[in-house]
Order: sequence, then C-alpha cells, then structure tokens
Amino acid sequence: MIRTSELDPNFKDEVSKELGGWEISRCFACGTCTAGCPVREIDDKYNPRKIIRMVLLGMREEVLSSEFIWLCSTCYTCYDRCPQDVHLTDIMTALKNIAVREGYMHPSFKEQARLVLEFGRLYEVEDFDNKKREKMGLPPVQKTIDEVRKVVKDPAIAEVCE
Amino acid sequence: MKYALFLGCTIPVRGQNYELSARAVAEKLGIELVDMDGFSCCGYPVKSTSARSTLALAARNICQAQKEGVDIVTLCNACTGVLAEANHILSEDSELRAKVNEDLKDVGCEFKPGTKIKHFSRMLYEDIGLEKIKDPITRDMSDFSFSVHYGCHYLRPAEVHCFDDAEDPRTIDELIEAAGAKSVDYQDKLECCGGAILGVEEDIALQMAKKKLDHITANPVDGLITVCPFCTVMYEDNQKKIEQKYETEYGLPVLYYPQLLGLAYGMDKKQLGFRLNKVKAKDLLAKLEEGEEAA
Repeated sequence: MIRTSELDPNFKDEVSKELGGWEISRCFACGTCTAGCPVREIDDKYNPRKIIRMVLLGMREEVLSSEFIWLCSTCYTCYDRCPQDVHLTDIMTALKNIAVREGYMHPSFKEQARLVLEFGRLYEVEDFDNKKREKMGLPPVQKTIDEVRKVVKDPAIAEVCE
Repeated sequence: MKYALFLGCTIPVRGQNYELSARAVAEKLGIELVDMDGFSCCGYPVKSTSARSTLALAARNICQAQKEGVDIVTLCNACTGVLAEANHILSEDSELRAKVNEDLKDVGCEFKPGTKIKHFSRMLYEDIGLEKIKDPITRDMSDFSFSVHYGCHYLRPAEVHCFDDAEDPRTIDELIEAAGAKSVDYQDKLECCGGAILGVEEDIALQMAKKKLDHITANPVDGLITVCPFCTVMYEDNQKKIEQKYETEYGLPVLYYPQLLGLAYGMDKKQLGFRLNKVKAKDLLAKLEEGEEAA
C-alpha cells in the first residue's frame, strides 16, 4: 500500500537535477522499457517502468534503499526505444548516485571505486604482469595512474573509499 | 593511419589474446597504434557511484590523446561507450564542459571537442573498409561459421555512436564475412550478456548469459565472435560455471574478432594468443589444419 503521507513530492525534482536525470517527468508509463529489458526477462524484481513510477510518486526511501536500482545492466535498450526520450539508463545511474550519497551502496561498486582510485585501474598491475607482457612481446603498462585521484572531486567517492 | 590505443583495465592483464591479435592485425593493415602512458581506467566502473567522476576520468583520458593530436581506438565496448558518451556530452554541453574542465585543472588538462573515439572493429569497418581488409587473406575460412555477440556499448545509445543500426546491426557480421567465414544469425542476438551485474546478482547475470549461449548453440557454429572483454568474461570465463550450474554442455570457443581475422591472414595461433582462450579452440584449429593438409 502507498501512503501519501510518506511520499516525498520533491523526489522527482531532486532526480531531475542530477546528471542524466533531466528527462524523468516526460514518462507517460507506456512500458516499452520493461517490455525490452533483458534483466526483467529473467527476474521481475527489476522493472524499469515501475521504478520510474515510484520516483514520480515520490517513494524516495523505498527506491533509494532498494536492491533493484543496482540491477540495471546498462544495456541502453530502454534508452534507445523510449518514445519520450526519458533516457532511463542515465536515470538509473542518477538514482544510484543519490543512493550512494544517502549511504546505500552496493558493496561491489564500492570495491570497484576503491580500486580505480588507488591504482587508476580496476586491477592492480604488478611487476609480474609486465614481465608476462614482455614475454608475449607486449609493451609494459604504467602501474598506477596517480592523476586519477586528482580529477575525482566528488566527495561521495572519497567518502566510500575511506 | 595513426591511433592512440586505449587498452582499459581488463585487456592488458586478462585479455592479452585480444591485444596480441588486434596489434598483429593492425600492423598487417598498416595501422599505427600509439601506446600512451597517461591512459587510466575509462571511468565506467565508478559511474554507479558518481557519474560526474566518470566524466572527469573519461575527459582526462580524451585529453591525453588530444595533446598528441591523435584519435582514440578502443578494444573494450565499455571503454568505447563511456569515452564516446563523455566526448558527445562534453562537446555539446558547454556549461557541463566548463565544470568538468574545472575538475581537470589540477592535472593541466582542458577538454576541447574534436577528438574521435572509435571501437577497433568500427575502425576496421569504416577506415580500412571491407575490401581492403580482404587483401592480406591467405587462408580459406569458408568452411567455418560463427555467430557474433555485438555487446551493448558497441551500438547503444544510438545518439552517441551514430553507427550501424542498433536494432539490426550488420557491421561485425560483414567483418566476419570479409574474413571469409559465414556469419550465423540467432534468436535474441541483441540481448545483453549480463556482465555489468555479475557482481550485483550473479544468478541473474549467469542466466542472461546462459540464455544467449543456448540460442547461439542452437545452430552448428564453430565459435562465438566477441569484441569486448566483459562479454567474453560472461561467455567464456563463466561458460564452465554455467555448464555445471545448469547441467548442460556448450564447449563453445569464444574468439575475439581480430583472432578470426588473424587466422584468415595465415597467422599462427601463438601470435594470436590462442593459448589464453579459456575454452580451448582445439576442434576449430584442428579443422583449420585438416583443411590445409587436404589442400
């Protein structure tokens, strides 16, 4: 049951101010996104039309604390097919970004962010890797790229990596 | 023809067969690939945490190539998608560009529109062309058939890539045919591999990949062609796991497109890094040798 007293009518405006969240209010709930979603085809707990509806209704806490916002596979099928150019994939990203700031973050993304900030890449390149590359006739790769830390200014990332 | 080679995170340490074969094929076709120390992760892995940070990382990478005055060629679809998307949005939105350029000040970079980002396969298709690609062919591959998994970020969003047809792509099918082999269509060809949510809910991701493997192997093909290390993780690295979990058997070799083209060019399996393919392409390579002995 949805209780109007628990809704946050400003949530959609909050999302629309986020990078990529701009077009959320255009949704007329046709369901093209859900019909073509490869994740939804496997498991209906991920349902893009429902998520957009929940945001427009103002179900802020329920959306941000949910598991399902992390299940978008970023395939951009809904993004390309949406007749209203809602840019759903970017809205899912916007929701995840807000959730991170609110303290809800999936651990796998936390680890990825930590690695990228520490090494500049998702994997630590060790001497062993470069020796292996040399044997294959491949040039060495730089072990860490320190500049990455200098361009990441979003405090949300620094916080989760602490 | 000169490009900065953007390797990303996975390929230099876990997908060297892709790198070896791409470099070998590029050399054969007279494409100069420049290695640049400054390249980092494209930014995709931090997008769920902070899209703004992804833009900063992508823009910084593009600036490295911009400084050298070269365009970027990528091997991974995720890198292609993130760099192309950042390039697109920062070229069009001057307000956002100014903000991101503030982030880049500390490292002495300033993003300016003008650098091109191309996936390696797209570069072959557009800049070399299907006819010229055929020139170095020395091996007959006409007895071989493959299916292709394009991977989402090779094509979508269409407004970013402006290439091929995102609902009915043909470019890699045509590249397979240019290498002399047959390209076999299959059900749900455009569906996602599930790679992006492998760490979130493995079960859903594996089921997504299983469905594709079922459809691909419904036809008698010699292998699957991919152009992205993430998709390869799903179809090749996880193939055994899927087979065990769902009590099925595929034994489907997964080749990167440049490995196929390299075979057509008469290159040997070592040069193309076949040792690193996790599902061994033994039958495929034996068939190749048999064909040559018969001829």
